[in-house]
Amino acid sequence: MQLTLWTYEGPPHVGAMRIAASMRGVHYVLHAPQGDTYADLLFTMIERRGQRPPVTYTTFQARDLGGDTAELVKRHVREAVDRFQPDALLVGESCTAELIQDQPGALAQGMELTMPVVSLELPAYSKKENWGAAETFYQLVRNLLKEQAPANSQHDPRAWQHQGRRPRVNLLGPSLLGFRCRDDVLEVQKLLTLHGIDVGVVAPLGAGVEDLQRIPDADLNVCLYPEVAESSCSWLERNFGMPFSRTVPIGVGATHDFLVEVHEMLGMEPPAPDEGYRHSRLPWYSESVDSTYLTGKRVFIFGDGSHALAAARICSEELGFTVVGLGTYSREMARPVRAAAKALGLEALISDDYLAVEAAMAEAAPELVLGSQMERHSAKRLGIPCAVISTPMHVQDVPARMSPQMGWEGANVIFDDWVHPLMMGLEEHLIGMFRHDFEFVDGHQSHLGHAGGAGAADSSGLSDIPGEGDGALQWTADGEAELKKIPFFVRGKVRRNTEAYARDVGCREISSETLYDAKAHFKA
Amino acid sequence: MAGPMLLKESGPREVFCGLTSIVWLHRRMPDAFFLVVGSRTCAHLIQSAAGVMIFAEPRFGTAILSERDLAGLADAHDELDRVCRELLQRRPEIRTLFLVGSCPSEVIKLDLARAAERLNEELTGRVRVVNYSGSGIETTFTQGEDGALAALVPLLPASDERQLLLVGTLADAVEDRQMHLFQRMGIETIRSLPPRQSTDLPAVGAGTTVLLTQPFLTETARLLSDRGATVLTAPFPLGAEGSRRWMEAAATAFHLPDERVAAVLDPLMERAQSALARHRAVLEGKRIFLLPESQLELPLARFLQRECGMELVEVGTPYLNREQMAAELALLPDDVPVMEGQHVEQQLDRVRASQPDLVVCGMGLANPLEAEGIATKWSIELVFSPIHGIDQAGDLAELFSRPLRRRQLIRPGLHPSSPDATVHA
Repeated sequence: MQLTLWTYEGPPHVGAMRIAASMRGVHYVLHAPQGDTYADLLFTMIERRGQRPPVTYTTFQARDLGGDTAELVKRHVREAVDRFQPDALLVGESCTAELIQDQPGALAQGMELTMPVVSLELPAYSKKENWGAAETFYQLVRNLLKEQAPANSQHDPRAWQHQGRRPRVNLLGPSLLGFRCRDDVLEVQKLLTLHGIDVGVVAPLGAGVEDLQRIPDADLNVCLYPEVAESSCSWLERNFGMPFSRTVPIGVGATHDFLVEVHEMLGMEPPAPDEGYRHSRLPWYSESVDSTYLTGKRVFIFGDGSHALAAARICSEELGFTVVGLGTYSREMARPVRAAAKALGLEALISDDYLAVEAAMAEAAPELVLGSQMERHSAKRLGIPCAVISTPMHVQDVPARMSPQMGWEGANVIFDDWVHPLMMGLEEHLIGMFRHDFEFVDGHQSHLGHAGGAGAADSSGLSDIPGEGDGALQWTADGEAELKKIPFFVRGKVRRNTEAYARDVGCREISSETLYDAKAHFKA
Repeated sequence: MAGPMLLKESGPREVFCGLTSIVWLHRRMPDAFFLVVGSRTCAHLIQSAAGVMIFAEPRFGTAILSERDLAGLADAHDELDRVCRELLQRRPEIRTLFLVGSCPSEVIKLDLARAAERLNEELTGRVRVVNYSGSGIETTFTQGEDGALAALVPLLPASDERQLLLVGTLADAVEDRQMHLFQRMGIETIRSLPPRQSTDLPAVGAGTTVLLTQPFLTETARLLSDRGATVLTAPFPLGAEGSRRWMEAAATAFHLPDERVAAVLDPLMERAQSALARHRAVLEGKRIFLLPESQLELPLARFLQRECGMELVEVGTPYLNREQMAAELALLPDDVPVMEGQHVEQQLDRVRASQPDLVVCGMGLANPLEAEGIATKWSIELVFSPIHGIDQAGDLAELFSRPLRRRQLIRPGLHPSSPDATVHA
């Protein structure tokens, strides 16, 4: 039993819903009580979809439990099939139905339905949403393609060269309620098309059953979102010999690596190394003199595995930031995230407890947080600028404008989204400097929302970030006055360093002199 | 027999479960914590229904059952004790802990009453632990509040003092206003359940007259009446007419002189009429279809029909208590279909066939209907907004007129030429 206040991921059947709702002609009969219908609003409100997710809930009640719930399942399957006439039917259960063990999948498979019926077993008490999405996509792909699998696969990703056609790849993994998937697909499609590579199937987002059956027609699979598509890509590799690309093209460096990987697999000449420099504005914007103030900015990163890894690389290699914290809630991605953290001299935080993440964030004293909506709230409380890089989804993460994370344009979007909050931080500093001027108007601190205002600026760093908790240390009035002159976004760090220094040298009273001594000590 | 046409249907439903009511209950009692004993789905539901994650540490949470608990590798009761201790250590300001049962905890028959009893012994004098079920196999949406309040009834001290007890969560400002009006009418002692501090429980006894502020408190009403209280039956305080009759029911029970009641209420009614006029101009003659969710559907339908001039196509309700709704049913026009229960697909077929001007529905259905060209009003907003009382009648009407006004403002410029084409599907 685990005490949970907010969660990063929903239950695994919500992952299955994401696959069903992403596709055309797929219907999902979910053996679940009425309360589970809340999940529809994730799609209709957060994704702002103008269509109900294709899900029929059996909505059994307590009084049904004494009777024949199996018959109830069959009735709903029959009604759903008659009404929606899907090309493929997913049948599964949510947490409560798992306990009553009706095995709805097996029941539906025994009904002699004309369309493929895929039975989903998603253990609700041990697995989570992304796992459920991956498993559902995998089961669909496997069930629809297993008949076609050749006895000994002789797939040649360079076959296009003799067939007088352009090379063709599939984009696997994009789904509803995935971070910016809608725009990433367009951007990656554009990127590949410019290199003479056609996109065959995009799945699950927008795909029909017949599209999944065309997957083996392509030369190569692109695993865009490993959280959702890796198990399917591996199965296709094992059974059809189709190789798949593993680089997630987020950031200029990763996009280039992605292009090289795909070109080499297809037997094509890789693009010139300066392509990213010519096609994305991130490299030049990062080099421009205006960006020198970004140097060494302390960044704390937390999100799903893919986006956290991408963020760490972009921060350290492309923006000149210092990564002071890296973690993920995706346990499936713990290994690569640990490795990436280690390479940066850090220990990765693998946790789905947002309070532990908030504590780690406060401890790292970053100047910028890249995280999910949860970290945005934590950062707001700590008065630290934040940009959102990962699910769980919020209505703000589905912007009206084109806003990819992948490819050259994605890198442009990332530069703006990550650097603007920092610029506002700088603006804040200026407001702090000028707040005694008569022109100053309270409430200018737009990125801090309600926590803004001159009052908040006064208190932040003094009372909000407590010292190590021993009452032995005493700040003198002149020490505090000196501390207040330090920009608020580094004040907490200076305070802690100074107190650590004072303890080291056995000094109990901290004056402005102690502060300067500590500064010299740490800079030396 | 004349009166509304009472119908029933069953099938797939599209409603929240009782856990959802935690979203407003925890705000009412800032010294209480609601701990759902359930699954990841429960945690995700409350988080999604609450819309945003705005609280540093919310006063609700979920003790998520894991495979170990289910397989009997860990004793679920020991685990629950551990989680509660951990929680109360973190939150020493909590005075009442609600253990809330869920679908999984009901199915595995985890005895939360026993757990509450055990924890109460351990925590005597510090924290009171109560339990109720918000499970979706037993409760719908607002019924969760009924369960929570019913769990408090046995804890109320006994007193035969003459008092009016308002039962059901109202927005604080609205409640203050109603109490003030009752006082001006001449009722001296007015208390409320739930109280604003969970430890400040009102007394109950033979002198207590109960006035329900919400129509979904059947079980709580029954238990209060078992404790000697008199539960009044009246229309519910939605709209000017309903609110007036609701207040008059209390006035009659307290034998207040008519002229004094009229002196308080008449000016309010006049003001409400002028506040309503603007919205009535938009709503009059428009056809409305209410899907079942909050159990507020009957009083709302009565208000919209009688005070706003709307035509009722169908009034859905997840559950109909005829006794408590008698006054409301009597005010509905003859032959209006009142549908108890739901078959969501068939109901949506009827929505499409009848092409109403406005549909009241849950958040899962609103945008899909909008995309089909049908204006909607989310029912969840009706349980979060201050809509009770004569003074709020205009605001209540505005919740329904706004979607229609909005369409008039933006539709001509934006709507695709073909009315059959769905958008953004």
